[in-house]
Amino acid sequence: MENFKIDVDSDGIALITFDVPGRSMNTITGSVMRDLITLVETIKTDDKIKGAVIASGKTSGFCAGADLGELNQRGAQAKDEPKSEEEKLKKQFDQSFTLNKSLRALETCGKPVAVALEGLALGGGLEIALACHYRVAADNPKIKFGLPESKVGLLPGAGGTQRLPRLIGVQNAAMMILQGADKSPQEAKGLGFINEVVPAGKTVEAAKAWVKANPKATAPWDVKGFRVKDGPFTPGGSIAYVGGNAMVSKQTNLNYPAQRNIMSCIYEGIQVPIDAALRIESRYFIKTANTPQAKGMIRTLFVNMQALGKGGNRPQGFPEYQVKKVAVLGAGLMGAGIAYVQAKAGIETVLLDVSQESAEKGKAYSKRIVDKDVSRGKLTKEKGDELLARITPSTDYSLIKGADLVVEAVFENPALKAEVTKKAEAFLGDTAVFGSNTSTLPITGLAEASVRPKNFIGIHFFSPVERMGLVELIRGKETTDETVAKAIDYVLKIRKTPIIVNDFRGFYTSRCFGTYPAEGVEMLMEGVAPAIIENVGRQCGMPMGPLEVSDSVGLDTALKIGKTNAELNQQDYKKDPRAALLSWIVEEKGRVGRKGGKGYYEYGDDGKPTRIWPGISEKIETKVTECPPELKQELTKRFLFRQCIEVARCFEEGVITDPRDADVGSILAWGFAPYTGGCISYIDLFWGTKKFVEEADRLADAYGERFRPNKLLRDMAAKGETFYERFGAKKAA
Amino acid sequence: MAEAYIYDAVRTPRGKGRNTGSLHEVTSLSLATQVLEAIRDRNNLDTSKVDDVHLGCVSPIGEQGSDIARIAVLNANYAETVAGVQVDRFCASGLEAVNIAAAKVKSGEANMAIGGGVESMSRVPMGSTGGAWATDPSIAMKTYFTPQGVGADLIATKYGFSRDDVDAYAVQSQQRAAKAWKEGRFKKSIVPVKDQLGVTLLAHDEHMRPDTTMQSLASLEPSFVMQGEVMPGFDAVIQQRYPEVEKVKHVHHAGNSSGIVDGASAVLIGTKEMGEALGLKPRARILGGASIGSEPAIMLTGPEFVTRKLLDKLGMTTKDIDLWELNEAFAAVVLRWVQALDLDPEKVNVNGGAIAMGHPLGATGAMILGAMVDELERSNKERALITLCVGAGMGTATVIERVN
Repeated sequence: MENFKIDVDSDGIALITFDVPGRSMNTITGSVMRDLITLVETIKTDDKIKGAVIASGKTSGFCAGADLGELNQRGAQAKDEPKSEEEKLKKQFDQSFTLNKSLRALETCGKPVAVALEGLALGGGLEIALACHYRVAADNPKIKFGLPESKVGLLPGAGGTQRLPRLIGVQNAAMMILQGADKSPQEAKGLGFINEVVPAGKTVEAAKAWVKANPKATAPWDVKGFRVKDGPFTPGGSIAYVGGNAMVSKQTNLNYPAQRNIMSCIYEGIQVPIDAALRIESRYFIKTANTPQAKGMIRTLFVNMQALGKGGNRPQGFPEYQVKKVAVLGAGLMGAGIAYVQAKAGIETVLLDVSQESAEKGKAYSKRIVDKDVSRGKLTKEKGDELLARITPSTDYSLIKGADLVVEAVFENPALKAEVTKKAEAFLGDTAVFGSNTSTLPITGLAEASVRPKNFIGIHFFSPVERMGLVELIRGKETTDETVAKAIDYVLKIRKTPIIVNDFRGFYTSRCFGTYPAEGVEMLMEGVAPAIIENVGRQCGMPMGPLEVSDSVGLDTALKIGKTNAELNQQDYKKDPRAALLSWIVEEKGRVGRKGGKGYYEYGDDGKPTRIWPGISEKIETKVTECPPELKQELTKRFLFRQCIEVARCFEEGVITDPRDADVGSILAWGFAPYTGGCISYIDLFWGTKKFVEEADRLADAYGERFRPNKLLRDMAAKGETFYERFGAKKAA
Repeated sequence: MAEAYIYDAVRTPRGKGRNTGSLHEVTSLSLATQVLEAIRDRNNLDTSKVDDVHLGCVSPIGEQGSDIARIAVLNANYAETVAGVQVDRFCASGLEAVNIAAAKVKSGEANMAIGGGVESMSRVPMGSTGGAWATDPSIAMKTYFTPQGVGADLIATKYGFSRDDVDAYAVQSQQRAAKAWKEGRFKKSIVPVKDQLGVTLLAHDEHMRPDTTMQSLASLEPSFVMQGEVMPGFDAVIQQRYPEVEKVKHVHHAGNSSGIVDGASAVLIGTKEMGEALGLKPRARILGGASIGSEPAIMLTGPEFVTRKLLDKLGMTTKDIDLWELNEAFAAVVLRWVQALDLDPEKVNVNGGAIAMGHPLGATGAMILGAMVDELERSNKERALITLCVGAGMGTATVIERVN
């Protein structure tokens, strides 16, 4: 056994040290699963061993659960096996059931087994602990215990869905598993899945004491006469299931099979003895893991996010850029937010604006967040003060001296941007990076104002900066790899996820994001009832209905863009029926969107939408007032395909080159249905390029050329290629 | 094929379905027994000629469990040879029991049969039997399971019935029921319930509130706001099936929904020949029955579809029906049915319904069918259609025709 070490003391208590070699954190690898079989056999059959205490050999914690990277790989290999579907499933079940079998054997080995938890136990790590007879945890509120599998589209597959509800009740367990929520040792004890909390460093001692005092140990569910109190058909028991089903439906819109299957595991498993229950769980685990949702979510939300978070898309060969001081030009909403996240990450920040008052106002934004965190106990007063002290609001550009980077966040006006660029560069060191936070203006054009276009890059933040995890880096024509590497180091330092795109109109995120509200308007003009458009938009996994998105962006802004485009093409903007509709809403009806309190929606005083504006029917006759499942499915496809096809076009044009960037970006930037794993995974995993192209052609024939697949898609479809194969084979995990 | 004739129909009065209700101290078995005894005694019936007794019961557990029909047959001292079967088609169980009895008579399996039902909602509460639909995630989520109250509110929202509309309907139900009682229109069928000593315990429907007004109803809070909008939030569930609904408007409350009550009913059905042999006079003929399934989440729009199905099957149109009876589960259910089939409201539920008198789940179907037999005779009309909305999106209906 390479992962477990056994030391038997004079009392016959075996201290089992769990220590996966070569890793900073214990995870459950294939090797750990094999060792567990041996370990359990040893505990059971070695007469010298009277009982056992399992503890971690790492200071990082007990165990963080399954190795998702390995799981992801295993899934990919299994694909090629030339077996019947049923044989394949049987094999998958046997593999998956191995861990359940080992842990069940541990639980029924006849000797007392306790676990000493000095640090975190998550996922499979907690499931190992749950299979022990007694759990001792160190009294440290920062320690996390939880089953987070559902966050990446999986379910706990090593007894978690069965032991936890039997220990702490169905309702509490279901909540914890469905949300993937963490509990501290004290909370866990309160709930009932930790038996004892002792001072840090004393867990092994306490666990050994328990083992010594309890030479015979049986899990509660193995005690004769054990009955589950809150099964679905016990008095009052059904409420947890009826309510739980509804909550899951409501919160997931049935897009996430993991949550549904977790409910099924609990409902079906709780009604039968534990051995049968574990088989049921393993079946649902496989059923869940085989869904495109699980595959896409694991890859994008775990593997890719982790890779990008470690600089996986960073050009190689450049030393890490130490970002200690950054100047932010413009203390408006974006600038103020950027200043906050920088100061929070320990970066000395100069916040510049045209007047001292505006600059101070920008800093006040940080103060509000800090005060709130301090009042909620999330931050100490000292740390808060330190954070705020890092922000220097000023009008004095000479303070830029010594900055490693400048983020320009003034109004989207090329002349203004050129002016501040020149002003800032006068004080900026030669190796420093100049980043422009623009969402629309071409970087190469803005870089013309720079004396060092090689150091010039687009750093596109999203609003609100402190909550949005993504930063889109835009490479201008002259931008060097070194500058990109430096910008990535900056983004990682402020703990955000960078994606890299090239300098095309709308870049990647703004361009693709716009197709969602645009498709909503197409439906509106076809006479689909606005409620249907909005509800289906939300129900297919987007964060808001498309019309609400339009309202948030601003209908006047959209109209302005339409007019500018028309001018460029020397056309009357009202010739386009979409623009004519917008013109009527904005110019005749005075509805500019959320900021004006009226748009496609009506808004209350709190700025929240109260209802859809019924006046739209004056202009557009509502023809579709019923939405049976077939129509819902069709509208769902239109929303998702429209966005994905735009992403595919971005690949063909070279706007974006890495499927990981595209997937992560689509979810983090504009909230593309997260259960898909992103736009590219939706094409690759839910359809495959061949079927995707066929379906897109059908949609194009029915609704317009905007759905027509591009050459790239057709080419890939012909070869049966996926995006991850064609664009990411080497780079992607 | 034989014709199925209705020879008699009886029902108990409906007691309030809670522990202070008059019938709470009478067992379900006793309620079922008393209607069977009445059928026998009123008709001087040789019970050995009865082949089977079908009783609807929606919560067949506890004292209503294990085939209450056969146990009631024994308790009523019917001939030992009479079989009994308990039937569950949710709210239409009583009508389904009648339809099954009629089908057996028509097919020749039975010469004389009884269809009816029993439900003591005060003693065996609604939902006592559990069931997979709402609890098993594999079906609950797939079908957007939503409790029927929210479904009824969705019907009101989707088909445009305001709070005033549903309240006005409820007031009318109370007024019609009060008038019917006052004029003795139910007299023929009512079998007063006797206590353990044989003393009359209840002789009238005690759930009625004849003095109900729009004002008195206006003070009632809608019942399904909490489960619809907050915990667990069924509005958002049913909107997934009905995205056309921007917001569910909650309009139903205790005053415009069917009352929870206790009661039992029985209808005697047989062939012409057996009737003649037993010296019975037929009162009506069962022209046909039907059941149907429709979208389960909204749950309560089945009556429209089963009505169309049955009329088609009988080669009839709405013009051929003189009286329409739809169980008043919720006011919007009736209003939608009337709207969808373009019925004359003056011919619908002419003597009030469950909003006023209550809905003893398993017994109701045969109760309202019996009431229609009486009303056809009283008003000298030809044909009536009886139907109920049913859980999980079903509907059951029967058309009867007066014979003399």
